[in-house]
Amino acid sequence: MAYTLTINGAAHKVEAEPSTPLLWVLRDLLDMVGTKYGCGVAQCGACTVHVDGKPVRACITPVSRIGRKAVTTIEGVGADPVGARVQEAWKAIDVAQCGYCQAGQIMSATALLTANPKPTDADIDAAMDGNLCRCATYLRIRQAIKAASGQEVSA
Amino acid sequence: MNAPFLSRRLFLAASGAAGGGLVLAFSLETEAKATGPATLSAYLKLSPDGKATIASKIPEVGQGMRTALPMIIAEELDIAWDDVIVEQALADTKVYGRQVAGGSMATTLEWDGMRRVGAAGRWMLIQAAAARLKVPATELTTQPGRVVHEKSGRSIGYGELADAAAAIAPPDPKTLSLKDPKAFRIIGKTHVQTDSDAIVSGKPLFGIDFRLPGMVYATYLKAPTFAAKVASVDLSPAKAIKGVRDAFVVDGTTDLYGLLPGVAVVADSWWAARRGREALEVTWADHPTAAQSTASLAARAAAIAKAPPQRTARRDGDVDAALEAAAKVIKAAYDYPFIAHAPLEPQNCTARVKDGKVEIWAPTQNPEPGRALVAKTLNVPPEAVTIHLLRCGGGFGRRLINDFMVEAAIIASKVDAPVQLIWTREDDVQHDFYRPGGWHNFAAGLDEKGDLIAWRDHFISFGEGETPVRSGGMNASQFPAGAVANYRHDVSLMPLGVPTGPLRAPGNNAFGFVIQSFMDEVAHAAGADPVEFRRKLLGAPRLIGPPGENDSFDTGRMRGVLDLVAEKSGWGRKVAKGRGLGVACHYSHLGYVAVVMEVSVAEGAVKVEKVWTGVDVGSQIINPTGADHQVQGSILDAIGSTLRQKITFENGAAVESNFGDFPLLRMSEAPPVEVHYRLTDNRPTGLGEPALPPAPAALCNAIFAATGKRIRSLPIGDQLASGPAAT
Repeated sequence: MAYTLTINGAAHKVEAEPSTPLLWVLRDLLDMVGTKYGCGVAQCGACTVHVDGKPVRACITPVSRIGRKAVTTIEGVGADPVGARVQEAWKAIDVAQCGYCQAGQIMSATALLTANPKPTDADIDAAMDGNLCRCATYLRIRQAIKAASGQEVSA
Repeated sequence: MNAPFLSRRLFLAASGAAGGGLVLAFSLETEAKATGPATLSAYLKLSPDGKATIASKIPEVGQGMRTALPMIIAEELDIAWDDVIVEQALADTKVYGRQVAGGSMATTLEWDGMRRVGAAGRWMLIQAAAARLKVPATELTTQPGRVVHEKSGRSIGYGELADAAAAIAPPDPKTLSLKDPKAFRIIGKTHVQTDSDAIVSGKPLFGIDFRLPGMVYATYLKAPTFAAKVASVDLSPAKAIKGVRDAFVVDGTTDLYGLLPGVAVVADSWWAARRGREALEVTWADHPTAAQSTASLAARAAAIAKAPPQRTARRDGDVDAALEAAAKVIKAAYDYPFIAHAPLEPQNCTARVKDGKVEIWAPTQNPEPGRALVAKTLNVPPEAVTIHLLRCGGGFGRRLINDFMVEAAIIASKVDAPVQLIWTREDDVQHDFYRPGGWHNFAAGLDEKGDLIAWRDHFISFGEGETPVRSGGMNASQFPAGAVANYRHDVSLMPLGVPTGPLRAPGNNAFGFVIQSFMDEVAHAAGADPVEFRRKLLGAPRLIGPPGENDSFDTGRMRGVLDLVAEKSGWGRKVAKGRGLGVACHYSHLGYVAVVMEVSVAEGAVKVEKVWTGVDVGSQIINPTGADHQVQGSILDAIGSTLRQKITFENGAAVESNFGDFPLLRMSEAPPVEVHYRLTDNRPTGLGEPALPPAPAALCNAIFAATGKRIRSLPIGDQLASGPAAT
């Protein structure tokens, strides 16, 4: 099937089986490799992208379900002021260790702060619990979300 | 990406020597003059605008060496960090010596060598400036990026001197003077890791992100029972999937650490390859380990525990007589499960095989054994194998063994295109080199004063004869060896048909749990405060254990971090009902770490409220942000595995397969972790591992303090929900 996807504001034509997960359309067909494969079953969140602003797991989202909805990936999230603030906070706080999960973390954090500009710790837990970090950088992820939302950052 | 240094006029080899010393050698390449005029060494290029390109020799797995080692070079070179560009070095031991992300050894082994690399560059720039300014080199100093002649007020930027400096014969590194640490401008200050921009913006960076023109994707299906061969397979359903280019059987070997048998599917996209693989109909051959199970291994260990040990690895005094004479004897049996590494980036590797040459792009922690395995398997000389090191999405020891590399190479050798092999997560969890499980049967004796007079451990592990499986051996000199008069370490091994290997703080990640938990039991039996009991046992500052850096144990350094963490955690304070404080300390990878955890237990569930750590890794923390990361990450890693992780075997195969049944710690479970360093007059050593081993015992000891329930078997799982407190 031929699909025209709107990704980071640009139209992309792809030819794919309808059941192909968006993750592999991005990575293999469009060479947008920022979105990561971690588990393939929506257990780890490494593949998180936004579809019409909502965080979704690209590894279990068939390309046929995207339709005309707007897809935002880590490559494009910096064009959004919230996304850019999150990226800056991630750098300033040196959040990453290996860095592999961080694209998904940043996408989930950006979706959180877009919906909830001043999240509490409990809000952060609820929004971020589906994003695994094997290096366990959770303490700094929390700090960076607080910093990006203009809240006091504790150790 | 990761362009190698093309010109290597100056070779520097730094490698570990017996006794942990450092061998440094600069040598001149004789046959060719430098082709890159501004190349000062295999580690250092200078461009006319004054930017320095510094090679990082060690693979990056998130441990931060790609930042920390270039920082050390930049410090002694005397250049602003903003003017540094970091490149990953090729895997080439002839040029770079040991290139392993493992053993927490990079800081230990490279600290001096990297300083001398930087100092050699600075020395060459000074010589070039002396010639240019016609002044003696002794009148010249440097400021970041410039050689300065204070007397005349003249100075020259490094960029202007680059070509001339590159033409100067390099110095004998032993003759170089190094900076006084008090003058450090870069070392000891926080530097955000070099790849931050690429990480937060999703740039291609990791092994799995690598692309070559015309590249195809592969999956590789192996038998659930380790090393079982393909009996029969129908490849046609796989080949019928759109996008699949080929499917074929790879014979492989029976070596658990070699190329395992399997079926490869190659396609235009990885998704097509995966669908092809799912369409395969494979019958696997019978295998001698197909009846192996967690239950059968445990039953065998239980039988061994009742029998005399196969051998005694260390014997001090007479444990049996001391136990006989003891006022109090404490016995307990501990065990821990197999666990997987599960780095978040699934195993992958890209390979191109053409005209007898093999080119590999790999996220590996340890390229050289991979090169040897690929060369042997493809029947090419090792020199025909080039390995590019790509950033690893986590390592934890998993990528020290290069099964993914040899699989990619053999598949690429049968396909007329470069191949990227990507494992599924299920492949990763079910075909790991697992941290082996183990059993410890302890006995300890106390005299009438409550002092420890006897300690015995019968360690039951896996192996053949006296040779344990990988990471299944135990140093017989673990503390409290040397601190108790009667000590015996017995070992019994049983055969195993499961691949095992190093996982972050290998061995120690389990020994810290059993030793420091049992020590807590003994302290309580003695009626002593757990910190006080350990202080008494550590005694006066001294080295105990046999000579040799990896075995020696400085009781004073351990006492130092124990005191530090006791103070920072407010040890001894009253805590609310349902809460408890637990302590543990452990020495590994040349580092001394003590941990206190505060937990709360309610309705059968434990929550870690806060963690305090005291850390002694010598005189210098190189990059504080990276160091804190390693300590906090190690602690949280240990909390996750202690709470819930296990790999079980049935029918010779791993049962767990993904994060649903092999859970990692999540955000809501991560407590604050305070990190406190005690700087001591010892050489700087690594921090990727030593903070992990004390954590599981600190957690379980805190649970005991909160509930009276002693955890002697990991993971904790639902043990706290299983009824009334019992010890």
